[in-house]
Amino acid sequence: MANIKRSPWLLHYDGSSCNGCDIEVLACLTPVYDAERFGVMNTGDPMQADILLITGGINSQNEATVKQLYDQMPRPKVVVAVGVCACTGGVFKDCYNILGGADTVIPVDIYVPGCAARPQAIIDGIVQAVDLFQKRSDEHDALVKEKKRKAKEGAARG
Amino acid sequence: MNWHSLIFIIVYILLAPFIGGLLDGMDRKISARMQRRVGPPLLQPFYDVAKLLKKQNIAVATSQTFLLLTYFVLMVVTGAMFFGGSDLLMCFFVMSTSAIFLYFAGVVTSSPYSTIGAQRELIQMMAYEPAVLLTCVGFYLAAGTFNVNEIASHDISYIAYLPGFFLSFVFILTIKMRKSPFDTSTSHHMHQELVKGLTTEMGARNLAIFQITEWYENVFLMGVIGLFIINSNPWSILATVLVILAVYFLEILIDNTSARMKWQKMLQLSWIITLFASGMNLIILMIRK
Repeated sequence: MANIKRSPWLLHYDGSSCNGCDIEVLACLTPVYDAERFGVMNTGDPMQADILLITGGINSQNEATVKQLYDQMPRPKVVVAVGVCACTGGVFKDCYNILGGADTVIPVDIYVPGCAARPQAIIDGIVQAVDLFQKRSDEHDALVKEKKRKAKEGAARG
Repeated sequence: MNWHSLIFIIVYILLAPFIGGLLDGMDRKISARMQRRVGPPLLQPFYDVAKLLKKQNIAVATSQTFLLLTYFVLMVVTGAMFFGGSDLLMCFFVMSTSAIFLYFAGVVTSSPYSTIGAQRELIQMMAYEPAVLLTCVGFYLAAGTFNVNEIASHDISYIAYLPGFFLSFVFILTIKMRKSPFDTSTSHHMHQELVKGLTTEMGARNLAIFQITEWYENVFLMGVIGLFIINSNPWSILATVLVILAVYFLEILIDNTSARMKWQKMLQLSWIITLFASGMNLIILMIRK
């Protein structure tokens, strides 16, 4: 089981956020909090990302974009909703254009509450996401191993 | 080809990725320190590559893996030829060929980001190629040979004859290593107008191949820097290592203190410095002859 949790690369997507949470996400990378000490890199490329960080609610215009970003990320992947808007829609919930939180379009694993979410809370969310990332990879490895074992047994019997 | 150079080739092929990865880790640690951060662990680049190899491989164009592997193999051959002590000019020709394959790996996906990144990579090649070729010419004029073994076993370090060439080579090293202010093709840092430039469509295994090739390339380039310093005295090895580390530190410092430059400016600057530093040196060498 390879240890992959030491290198989580983030993709940060701003939905219809007020930019409060976005500033806090960037604050995590500043010298005060320095998320890079966990190996975190803020990449802009879904193909290289492991953890999708969504701030702000989903509206009818960015719905397709969020779906596509999620689909373009290679497995294993984890989604973190940062801030109350990404969790539930927040204060914008009843707006005509808002569909709701990020979980209305893609499966969300970790919810980080707050308006705006504090950098400490975001880093805590990322650390939990990293553990889940490792767990998914291990589960995948176990499945592959099981499949191989079964194939071997089948070949021996047949 | 003798036993001696065969051992050097094997040591290069086996150790270069580790040395390159460690240099990369040191780079990230020192960069973080310069920004008053704690920074990632020293072995972070290895963790990154191990993770990339583990991830699901999504290929936008199936030929990309083949093109990247060709880039990788040619770069390993370049370094092996250099550390095996063969022709310096040939090494640089093979290096240019491998860089062309990287360009193909960028454009084959037909993604606009990666295509623009690849075109910028070509412009970068245009910027550094004159200095690289002139460095070969300089070594030939001073040593009378292109053979790396013969150059390395001279009595006096060649930097005494070729200071101008050394200067222009260190300058183009920033372009070759794709560091700021000349990181137009890959967008290494967080300024992402091109997403990740040339590497935008490389995920998982393909990005790992790219990363490992970069490590081989860096070790080869540092080897060329070392060729300026090394001489027949065994103590010169220590001086070589020190100079290489100093040059690498200088690259990190430039990377952290300068903003992105436009390609026009990059082309102008690199050609002007090449023309002046290498050109002056060349004229002096020709007069001395």
